[in-house]
Amino acid sequence: MKNSTDIQQAFHERLDEGELMNCMRCGFCLPACPTYIHTGGNELHSPRGRIAMMKAVHDGEMAPTEEMKASLDLCLGCRACEPACPAGVTYGHLLEESRAIFAEHEEKSPVHKLVFGDLFPKPKRMKQAIGAVRLYQKSGLQKVTRTIGFLSLFPKGMKELEETLPEVIPKKERVHRAVYHAVGEKKATVAFFTGCLMDTLFHPTNKATIGLLQLAGCEVVVPAEQACCGALHGHAGEKAKGIEMAKHNITAFEASEADHIVLNAGGCGAFLQEYDTLLVKEEGDWPERAKRFAQKIQDFSSVLFTLGFIESIPLKLEEKTITFQDSCHLRNGQHVFKEPRALLQAIQGTHYVEMANADSCCGSAGVYNMLQPEMAGEILKEKMNKVNDTQADVIVTANPGCLLQMKAGCNQHSDTLTTEAMHLADLLWESVGQEQRQNVMN
Amino acid sequence: MEQAIAYFTEILGSAHVRVSHADRLVYSYDGTPGYQALPDCIVVPGSTEDVSAIVTYCHNHYIPIVPRGSGTNLSAGTCPTQGGVVVLFTRMNQILEVDTQNLTMTVQPGVVTKDIHNAAEVNGLFYPPDPSSQAISTIGGNINENSGGLRGLKYGVTKDYVLGLQVVLPNGHVLATGGKLTKDVAGYDVTKLIVGSEGTLGIVTEATLKLVPRQEAKSTLLASFRSIEEAAKTVSLIIEQAIIPATLEFMDKGTIAAVEDFVNVGLPLEAAAVLLIEQDGKQEVVQEDMKKVESICRHSGAVNVTMAASETEAEELRRARRAALSALARLAPTTILEDATVPRANVADMVNAIEQIARKHDVRICTFGHAGDGNLHPTCVTDARNTAEMERVEAAFEEIFAAAIDLGGTITGEHGVGEMKAPYLAWKVGETGIEVMKAIKAAFDPRNIMNPGKLFAKEQRKRVTL
Ligand SMILES: Cc1cc2nc3c(=O)[nH]c(=O)nc-3n(C[C@H](O)[C@H](O)[C@H](O)COP(=O)(O)OP(=O)(O)OC[C@H]3O[C@@H](n4cnc5c(N)ncnc54)[C@H](O)[C@@H]3O)c2cc1C
Ligand code: SF4
Ligand code: SF4
Repeated sequence: MKNSTDIQQAFHERLDEGELMNCMRCGFCLPACPTYIHTGGNELHSPRGRIAMMKAVHDGEMAPTEEMKASLDLCLGCRACEPACPAGVTYGHLLEESRAIFAEHEEKSPVHKLVFGDLFPKPKRMKQAIGAVRLYQKSGLQKVTRTIGFLSLFPKGMKELEETLPEVIPKKERVHRAVYHAVGEKKATVAFFTGCLMDTLFHPTNKATIGLLQLAGCEVVVPAEQACCGALHGHAGEKAKGIEMAKHNITAFEASEADHIVLNAGGCGAFLQEYDTLLVKEEGDWPERAKRFAQKIQDFSSVLFTLGFIESIPLKLEEKTITFQDSCHLRNGQHVFKEPRALLQAIQGTHYVEMANADSCCGSAGVYNMLQPEMAGEILKEKMNKVNDTQADVIVTANPGCLLQMKAGCNQHSDTLTTEAMHLADLLWESVGQEQRQNVMN
Repeated sequence: MEQAIAYFTEILGSAHVRVSHADRLVYSYDGTPGYQALPDCIVVPGSTEDVSAIVTYCHNHYIPIVPRGSGTNLSAGTCPTQGGVVVLFTRMNQILEVDTQNLTMTVQPGVVTKDIHNAAEVNGLFYPPDPSSQAISTIGGNINENSGGLRGLKYGVTKDYVLGLQVVLPNGHVLATGGKLTKDVAGYDVTKLIVGSEGTLGIVTEATLKLVPRQEAKSTLLASFRSIEEAAKTVSLIIEQAIIPATLEFMDKGTIAAVEDFVNVGLPLEAAAVLLIEQDGKQEVVQEDMKKVESICRHSGAVNVTMAASETEAEELRRARRAALSALARLAPTTILEDATVPRANVADMVNAIEQIARKHDVRICTFGHAGDGNLHPTCVTDARNTAEMERVEAAFEEIFAAAIDLGGTITGEHGVGEMKAPYLAWKVGETGIEVMKAIKAAFDPRNIMNPGKLFAKEQRKRVTL
């Protein structure tokens, strides 16, 4: 591997030795790890194995190799290994730091450059790109490209993603008002983090989320200056860009003086919650500011739950069977999993079925499904079998990546499955009823 | 070795032979702190025939073989300290048969212990051995370590449930021992000899296990005590009353705090020790036994006795106890767990001895374990980078083994000797014992290729005098 000595040096300097040593090699994390399972129990693709490699490189016992990098690339970053680890090893941090080190010493692939260099760091560019998608959808080109098989030129993951793209909302409808008032008694002021995917591809979901928060008694502020959370960069080893974005967001949200900073994207939430770790070595008052920011992060489902949404707003739908797919980062990162389930179970007329292994990753994992289409496909296949077992009409998720992945899964298996994938906020919004929705509009 | 790799690749296919540095690194350790060594290659056989071909080749070329389940063992038994070939059983992971007429299950070595529990349960049956590592450990590893668990007190350990084995011997020949019979006295009991042999006599490629009927009822309680003596005394009193609980587990204060921090099930942080006690069997018997147990606990000074109200609550308590070792690992970078075992009437003496020894050597030791069968796990939380402290830790553990032997106990109750405890084996079995064992090893494996360096040490430890 090129730059081997530099990488080694960086591992030595930057990886937390204490954390590496905390891994006592008990293997409790093995059965929780999707890549370990799907590689037929290959220790090279287990958390224990990955930590052992990091430690070996850190200690100078092994030179970093392509294979090690491939193993880290194959890791979903789902962090299912963290709650399984009794020793409390914070694997996610070790992974991010290791990926960052590799990335800093790497020639980047064109897809990587496009996604991380151009698209996500620049909300404007993202919007332009999404605008182009919209144009492409509207112009009828989408139909044409699909028929002539143009898309088969793209990596498999990309293609599937394309097929699931929801229709993009016209730009003028995307712009938010700055403040949305609480319906009834005001219980809290929250600042809403729109997220880049959520704001563009899933704009109605954002609107629904804000509406639900209003109904729950929140005054919702939407800071205009916010940027992408940086999670995709952090997870893909673009740490410096992640830090840049973190600083930008902290500044933007400090101005709002809200009690909570609320999201409807599990992945972004977990990353925002870790701004304190991300900025811990930054100069000046950044560490404290990051900490204050991180402590305010909450998933919208937790906010609804704690504000007594279930008790105060009647939820009802026509007869349906519902199941829930955890977002890894919401569950393993933010430890939120009871709240979405409680909200779903409160919807009258529906029947909630818990899916087997709902807590295991769906294979979306940020842009993982684009970069590792094979493993992602394997995982998705198994996931859809589990969905099938529940006989659910709707599979609910709480993160845009997972939602796209589940939509792709439902599409692929449409011959055996009639299930539709929905974001929790959209389903709840549907179930609050016309009258409540009207209240919000006023 | 190149030739060997070429040969293995020829018979197994390149996907099942791994040789890169990274591949070798991730099979260079097991659950034991302080041991790491690279193997030369890793092979993944798919059948007994594959295993036999691999072993024959290694026999002919004097290449060390280390069979490996999930590498959870705590005595460096799977650490390839002599290099050679690591054999994995991830492809040999099928449950071949559940025989509900003979109450047996036949499995391949790579089946995870918990899957065996589940398969038995689905058929209304029960496989009792339940090491805390059950969610990860394999039956091949359990058999070769003769693993025990939370139910050992009443139900015994793995050896009590192995009826027959298929073993590839170090010369490549395939041996079948025992079978579905409940009675079989034809010759030496080679099955029992293989059980607990730590991969030094051959490779288990199939096992027939004994199942028992599933218990009708089960009840779980947690009793907390102000002192360790009171808890230990309670253990003795329960056994004296001829009640044999299915589970009788012990955790001291340090362990309780660490575990609670991880599982959050509301363990009493103020207690000096807790006992987790379970009984299973017929509903009436369970109720009666648990009533007696509760009253014994109260009489011998328990400050609190809580019955689990539901199976979920009971499972949480069990989960808490199972997490003990790993949770202690949260306290310090290095966790060294021991496995000293004494006759169960001497548990209190042993716990006291451990406390004194820890104080004397100024090291931090938390103790938990299977108090009901006298099997304690004094666990030292330390930092391998602190060499001065590591020396004190070693001295302390040496004294702990000595104390166990003096109380009529042993140096390991379930984790095996491996490489870590090899220098102490003679303390327990004596010089004659070592001679007999070495002769057995030589009879099976004259070329010493099967997991070499395990069980028998180059140098033995001189016995410390307390
Ligand atoms: C957190 C934790 C808790 C534990 N709790 C317990 C407990 O309660 N009770 C207990 O007894 N142990 C316990 N252990 C120790 C360990 O889990 C057991 O020894 C277990 O049986 C090892 O299984 P394994 O599949 O990981 O085997 P390995 O560790 O991979 O191997 C164990 C030994 O068996 C040999 N071996 C493996 N497969 C074969 C085969 N097919 N043929 C021949 N030899 C083979 C290996 O060479 C090695 O010597 C615990 C370990 C941990 C980390
Ligand atoms: S569970 Fe934790 S301590 Fe155990 S091997 Fe995995 S990461 Fe290491
Ligand atoms: S983050 Fe997920 S895929 Fe990666 S090691 Fe942990 S459990 Fe495995």
